[in-house]
Amino acid sequence: MIAELAAAQGLKSVRDAFGDALVELGRKNPRVVVLDADLAEPTRNIKFAKEIPDRFVECGIAEQNMTGVAAGLATVGYIPFVTTFCVFATKRICDQVSISVAYPRLNVKICGVYSGLFTGKTGATHQAIEDVALMRAIPNMVVLEPADAVETRLAVNYAAEVPGPVYLRIARDSYPVVFSETPASPREGSGAARIQLSDIIKAKLLAHGSDLTIIALGTMTHAALVARDLLSKDGVSARVLSVSCVKPIDEPGIITAAQETGAVVTVENHNIMGGLGSAVAEVLCENLPVPMRRVGVRDVFSESGPDADIARKYGLTAEHIARACREALGAKVRLASGHEARPGSHRNMFADPGAPDAATP
Amino acid sequence: MSCVEILVSLYFIVMRASPEDPYWPDRDRFVLSKGHASTALYAVLAERGFFPASELLTFDAIDSRLQGHVDMTKTPGVDMSTGSLGQGLSAACGMALGAKMSGRRFRVYCLIGDGESQEGQVWEAAMFAGNKGLDNLTAIVDYNKLQLVGAVSQVMPLEPYTDKWRSFGWSVVEVDGHDFEQLVGGFHRAQDTRGVPTVIIAHTVKGKGVSFMEGHVKWHSRATTEEEFWQAMREIDRPPDNSPSPGFAAPGRVGRC
Repeated sequence: MIAELAAAQGLKSVRDAFGDALVELGRKNPRVVVLDADLAEPTRNIKFAKEIPDRFVECGIAEQNMTGVAAGLATVGYIPFVTTFCVFATKRICDQVSISVAYPRLNVKICGVYSGLFTGKTGATHQAIEDVALMRAIPNMVVLEPADAVETRLAVNYAAEVPGPVYLRIARDSYPVVFSETPASPREGSGAARIQLSDIIKAKLLAHGSDLTIIALGTMTHAALVARDLLSKDGVSARVLSVSCVKPIDEPGIITAAQETGAVVTVENHNIMGGLGSAVAEVLCENLPVPMRRVGVRDVFSESGPDADIARKYGLTAEHIARACREALGAKVRLASGHEARPGSHRNMFADPGAPDAATP
Repeated sequence: MSCVEILVSLYFIVMRASPEDPYWPDRDRFVLSKGHASTALYAVLAERGFFPASELLTFDAIDSRLQGHVDMTKTPGVDMSTGSLGQGLSAACGMALGAKMSGRRFRVYCLIGDGESQEGQVWEAAMFAGNKGLDNLTAIVDYNKLQLVGAVSQVMPLEPYTDKWRSFGWSVVEVDGHDFEQLVGGFHRAQDTRGVPTVIIAHTVKGKGVSFMEGHVKWHSRATTEEEFWQAMREIDRPPDNSPSPGFAAPGRVGRC
């Protein structure tokens, strides 16, 4: 099983990969500058601070000013990477990102670390569930969330290469490695899919399947692969696509998957409103409507707790994904047999996602 | 209108501007943080040769390069897009820091409003510039004492204003913002100051030069009637039949700065 093979490779810290990638990039590109707002240790930009202190700018706990300073640096030819927590990089400085960076299309990379609900028991104040929605709504902005440590390195390099503003969403924790950069075929039995820089913007096929497609955002990719294994035990064949670029989104890739499998489930560590689920729904509604379910935070503020407990309570486990898949598949079958879904049979978005199958018709 | 002499002294005397090559890398930079004073800046840029004065007539019309608030991607000579108050000084800090990091000698000027300095980000930027020793940065405050709803001293007083800047590590110069000699003297003092940024507190009068506008808050963003327009033109000594600035040849074009 792909999920087990990936997990067998061990977990790798995504934020460590981010910190290392910044240093690697900084060494080869003298225009790269890193800005910090008193979070050098948790964002891992401390590695850059130690290795390339001349191009590390400590701004103190003043994110609004940090963003403007980055904009000014960009106007004189630098490529500034603004680093802080996801919540501050997007919600707290939304207008600065919009007006000082995105509107003049300046070459600033907004980097948020501590994505989604898994933020080290910090509670709702530091959990980022609106950041993708906010950044996606800003014109000129590219929005990226890499799936693992390998893709994180590529995403940092891609951000530096693509001109203009980028929001880079980086997880705090360690995740199984699902991608490999090995130039030849992946190591025998590694299970990791090959990836290169140009793949960042694509919906990447990680596992074949014909009954439906699971489209996972960034670090939810591994959970999607586990859900696929759960479903295969019931004889359900789920395709898995990994999306790391929510904007611009790979429309052809999503439409093709919907066409070939007839149902779609999106998975994201983010509010189900405004993020990947919304982006995919927008594409499919206008091009090829198919039964769809969104797995993610169901428009509630979360709480402090261990990641596993949070995932169980707020609906982010492989089991939740598998359940949503069965619902989507059911809708697909009903549609094919000519029976429309019964009114009120859909999951109540405000229902407690922790209660197993509570809202299943 | 309170900031016209400030802009004229910058673009015609103080700054190394390059209308023939607006993107010359070593030019001095100017950030109009109070982006709503766009009309004043456009008039000065046109007069300085960044674009034809006839283009002033297109101001805020569809497809114009002259947006209501300044846009660096559209207007030659505009070094930063602004309009959301409080953000320009931070960008100016980034430009000044970039000059120092790359060993370039250009200077950065940033005009902020007095009301604008109620924004917290202004003081984040002030703290940053003071702590980083950005002596290539000069801020100018257009201290016209009025903001949109009324007197600054009533809405949210700033005083002791110069003490605030000094305590953030800035050198402070106070001038009459309508006196060219004092303004240029202030800019030269800023250029000679080492190790700390300089702020020039320019005491100004909103609506300067037009009797019925001076000091009246209602002219923050009001347009003139035909009659008011011609009276204003007479008062600022620009005969209507001989106006060199076509941007002011139609009513409704004054009073925004």
